Amino acid sequence: MSSNPETSTDRASDARTRVGRAFEGGDPQHEAQPKTLKDRLFPVTLRKILRNPLGAIGVILLLVFAAVAVAAPWLAPPPVDDYHFIYESEDFAFPNYRIPQDGFSGRPSLPNADAWESFPPDWRQHPLGTASGQYDIYFGLIWGARLAFAWAFIIVGLAVIVGVVMGSLAGFFGGWVDEVIMRVVDILFAFPNLLLAVVLITVFSSPVTILGLTVDLNDFWTVVIALATFSWLTFARLLRGDILTVKNQEYVSAARAVGASNWRLMGRHILPNSIYSVFILATLNIGSIVVAVATLSFFGLGLPIGAADWGQLVAFSRQWILGTRGEPLVYWFTFVPPAIVITLFVLAWNLVGDAFRDVMDPRMKR
Amino acid sequence: MLTYIARRLLALPIVMFFVSLIIFLLLSMLPPGTRVAAFVGQNPRALGATQQLIEKHGLNDDIHIQWWNWMTNVAQGNLGFSQTQTMPVTEALASFLPATLELMMASIVPILVIGIWLGVLAAIHQNSWIDHISRLTSIVGWSLPTFIAGLLLLMVFYGMLGWVSDGRLSTQATLIVRSSDFISYTGMNTIDGLLNGNAFVFWDALKHLILPATTIVIVVTAVIVRIMRSSMLNTLREDYIYAARAKGLKENVVIYKHARRNAMIPVLTTSGVIVAGLFLGFATAEIVFNFKGLGYLFITSAQQLDFPMVLGFALFSSIVFVIINLIVDVLYAIYDPRVSLD
Repeated sequence: MSSNPETSTDRASDARTRVGRAFEGGDPQHEAQPKTLKDRLFPVTLRKILRNPLGAIGVILLLVFAAVAVAAPWLAPPPVDDYHFIYESEDFAFPNYRIPQDGFSGRPSLPNADAWESFPPDWRQHPLGTASGQYDIYFGLIWGARLAFAWAFIIVGLAVIVGVVMGSLAGFFGGWVDEVIMRVVDILFAFPNLLLAVVLITVFSSPVTILGLTVDLNDFWTVVIALATFSWLTFARLLRGDILTVKNQEYVSAARAVGASNWRLMGRHILPNSIYSVFILATLNIGSIVVAVATLSFFGLGLPIGAADWGQLVAFSRQWILGTRGEPLVYWFTFVPPAIVITLFVLAWNLVGDAFRDVMDPRMKR
Repeated sequence: MLTYIARRLLALPIVMFFVSLIIFLLLSMLPPGTRVAAFVGQNPRALGATQQLIEKHGLNDDIHIQWWNWMTNVAQGNLGFSQTQTMPVTEALASFLPATLELMMASIVPILVIGIWLGVLAAIHQNSWIDHISRLTSIVGWSLPTFIAGLLLLMVFYGMLGWVSDGRLSTQATLIVRSSDFISYTGMNTIDGLLNGNAFVFWDALKHLILPATTIVIVVTAVIVRIMRSSMLNTLREDYIYAARAKGLKENVVIYKHARRNAMIPVLTTSGVIVAGLFLGFATAEIVFNFKGLGYLFITSAQQLDFPMVLGFALFSSIVFVIINLIVDVLYAIYDPRVSLD
């Protein structure tokens, strides 16, 4: 139902606009919450999250991870011209970093305590040992932090953008637009997430033809597309529902009555009052996206072998975690550090997401 | 309620149609030379005759003709030939299915029982140490990726303690199962062991089942505890609970008879999410423990780019997923009659 009679704000008389402004200003909704979006997201919210002990732990963990990601070139300087370390960063597109290989043996080598005498430790001496294939674990963990943030932000960011556009179109215009978009969402929901992701990764692993166009994605973007394809669905559905509630509120009808354009209605009145649940969900989703990426890497369906990716470090440890005969668990160090790092990263996002939700939506609080 | 159920049933073929259309579109994006593998069958030498095969099966035809050919094949249960399994896709699916069913049967009951029990326990002791511990474990369980949980169990119980091993059966038990005396009724080793009266096979199969099932239980239970806890807390604030207490009912009756029943509804509504989560759980647990079920089949086929297998499996499991969701919706309508009024 595209029942938006005014499409001509540009041509609206000055008087009308002035009345409109006055009216909007006097809207009780706006008086209670001036600068809705900004105010809702920042300092107050952050302070409230930090007041929640679990949320504070999450924020601190994330700050540590962010510091590691930023300081990666200092913590583990990439090799330049070292014949021992095969390093072909040119082969990889951003933000994929390759872990240098110190030989080719499949047998992991033990951590070297001497490497910790200086800080940051010299990764060439393998402070945390090497994984199967002689990939340095310390180097992989440090640079993997960058990759983990990149995955999280790019995939969730893309999903939020697509979800918000689709959800607003469906919610705002209604009618056949709504019908088409929501049926597409329903049908994509009919696939279990991971299944769809794996299928897309398999299909996009080699160049494919879509409507006569040849598409050849690199491994990083294949994974991004595979996961974003289903991640936007929940955002679209959620936002549509919230828009349907908000758009029939009196202040929206009032703004419409005084001649606000569709864009203005959407941008100033409807979206700011409905989008916050999308942000909550996005924070809550980052954790599961990181898990999904790590799981795919573990399956060998992510980046090429040797990428500085936490999931892949765990995959390297798969053959060695049982140890050798008579010496069980000798190779625990190939598994435990990347496992802890992945779990903490996901935990941090989940804690922050949980605290964020409690702050933003007290109704959802226990 | 009947109209609601009838409407949902009528929508089923439509959803299935679009699901199959998406699978077909994904398939059609691949070059004909790749797709032809599905038709090569038992005779790999036919690969030399790729061009003729492409012509014969119309892989260069207009897309709607290709779609029609594909649909006719699928309707006849022909999903193509899997080169990695060297058997038709449907046959491969049938042979890997029992293992997954076995795993599912072993994990679904503990998930529901433990999840609901812990969730209720946490809610009625809100903010006590029971609640804190259950919240902490459920947050950690929620953050612990399935493959890490599985590998951890594998490391401790196989590597360190040596109680169990990976795979579905030990070598010795496999020999018994493959022997001619052992009749395979269901393909599920535990049940077949019982039906054949072979305690050794039963015990061996059970030992191999415990770790993957535990992995799934740990990860999925965490989700149910969270849902159940918050739903129970909401229900306990309802007026009818105050009324029940005011009537002088015992607290146990109020909680377990009046509150818990209604608090379980959200578990049912989110079971679509839970089933999707189970899918991830199964695929991961099967890969970690080399438990050769459907998830294992799917992931290994994806690793080896066996397109007919991957897309055939996707079609099969998304149809199953659609049907499960339909059953859940119908159950929901029966359980909570308010739903069908919308």
